[in-house]
Amino acid sequence: MAKKTQTGSSTAVPKIEMQGVMKSFGGKHVLRGIDLILNAEESVTLIGTSGCGKSITLKCLLGLITADSGSIKVDGTEILGTDRTTLEAMRRRFGMTFQFGALFDSLPIWENVTFRLRHQQKMNRTDARDLAVDTITQLGLSPQVIDQYPAELSGGMQKRVALARAIADKPEILLFDEPTSGLDPITGGVIDRLIIDAVKRLGATAMTISHDMASVRRIADKVAMIHNGVIIWCGPVAEMDETGIPEVDQFVHGRAEGPLTTAAKEEARRG
Amino acid sequence: MIGFLQNIGRTALSFLAAIGRITLFTVNAVRWTFLPPYYLKQFFRQVLDIGYFSLPVVGLTTLFSGMVLALQSYTGFARFSAEDTVATVVVLSVTRELGPVLAGLMVAGRIGASMAAEIGTMRVTDQIDALDTLSTRPMQYLVAPRILAGTICLPFLVLVGDLIGVFGGYIVGVYRLGFNPSIYLSRTLEYLEFSDVTMGLIKAAVFGFLIALMGCYHGYHSGNGAEGVGRATTNAVVSSSILILISNYLVTALFFG
Ligand SMILES: Nc1ncnc2c1ncn2[C@@H]1O[C@H](COP(=O)(O)OP(=O)(O)OP(=O)(O)O)[C@@H](O)[C@H]1O
Ligand SMILES: [Mg+2]
Repeated sequence: MAKKTQTGSSTAVPKIEMQGVMKSFGGKHVLRGIDLILNAEESVTLIGTSGCGKSITLKCLLGLITADSGSIKVDGTEILGTDRTTLEAMRRRFGMTFQFGALFDSLPIWENVTFRLRHQQKMNRTDARDLAVDTITQLGLSPQVIDQYPAELSGGMQKRVALARAIADKPEILLFDEPTSGLDPITGGVIDRLIIDAVKRLGATAMTISHDMASVRRIADKVAMIHNGVIIWCGPVAEMDETGIPEVDQFVHGRAEGPLTTAAKEEARRG
Repeated sequence: MIGFLQNIGRTALSFLAAIGRITLFTVNAVRWTFLPPYYLKQFFRQVLDIGYFSLPVVGLTTLFSGMVLALQSYTGFARFSAEDTVATVVVLSVTRELGPVLAGLMVAGRIGASMAAEIGTMRVTDQIDALDTLSTRPMQYLVAPRILAGTICLPFLVLVGDLIGVFGGYIVGVYRLGFNPSIYLSRTLEYLEFSDVTMGLIKAAVFGFLIALMGCYHGYHSGNGAEGVGRATTNAVVSSSILILISNYLVTALFFG
């Protein structure tokens, strides 16, 4: 509640503001100037062809990869090129899932889920285990799972545990890298519900990468499409079908023929 | 000609860059070791792995080295009728040189490789990024406990290895070469100085530090995929073995005389 009144007076400051963010790897320009604004309690979905730089964008936002230039602000505070303390304080407000889970192999599920609570807030063992059970049952996993190790779970189960780890301490900003890929449609639906809940009920701000257009329509307020290292379109999800931009059109409707495929073929021919 | 010079320049630059990276990594690792929070559970896991599970390997290596040393030095010294120095030669060689170096090389193969593989896998599967995201510094959680455990455990391993190596020499001396047991034992202790043992233990601490440092460094900077982790593992073992041999000379020279 207190948070509400605080942000009420400063609605002008976006939660996240990326401007001209560039990143290249050894001469290969992956991000060529990403501009993206995300307001508090908004849910944005990043779309784009495979390898266009969606995961890199999220990692730059958290400072896991240092962007070459540009500006990244969280609640108006610049975090690109800032000192370690500011960066660490900023990260504490984020929860993130990685594309391939990134669970800690050497720890059982419950310690994975409650990692930050245990280490940062010194939560005791019993509370942590209870919380782990609560969180994973919300995601449709059985409570027995908490004493198993990540390697003993299927890919989809690992994905859900990773999601549980990201939301366990209810962070303000959630970043999800393909949270529903590799899941059956029912579990995918459950996860979509959970993302919607987190945004609506907890007042979180979310940025999700997704290839599944049905799920994009369910969870997103806003959609942003990356192509050739820039955001070529960003707008409300309702307007996604009538952008008049051929690349967006092709992607949204999943057509095999169009400017995206022609460009890819061109590039392949050039080597 | 220009191309040739460019190549030399590029190699020199990347070499210097690597030295810089390793130095920075070392300074960071040491600094974070002494700053809270301390991850005791991680530390004790490493102590168990390095100090306890390496005992069989180190024990077997030093046992047979002590044994072969007794035989070889007997052959040599018999040629100028100095057979009774065998016990002294065995104990001095084992404590000053063979114990630390052999234990160091064996542990480099065992621990250096597994550290590089574990941390490298964590790197390529984004687990290190996940640690950062979950407000835990990988340097403190992963690297510091390993380096501390390596530095503390190696001297302990070497001390045990020394005892086993000397015992190996005793077995051969008494049962194969026919020395009188009590004379062999008194010869073993007669010329042994405290500084012989401590020098070996100092070497061991240096080796333990280097092994863990190289394992962590190469794992931390591992390239992508299974291939990257494989290369990190090889590099960790090769570089720590070379560093062990170089630093062995340096420490010996430092204490010489
Ligand atoms: N460490 C790295 N070194 C060099 N190139 C990299 C590195 N990481 C990513 N890239 C390149 O950056 C580009 C974008 O990668 P990214 O992982 O962001 O793609 P993505 O949009 O998430 O794709 P996908 O939908 O397949 O997950 C890729 O072409 C990849 O080759
Ligand atoms: Mg990706």
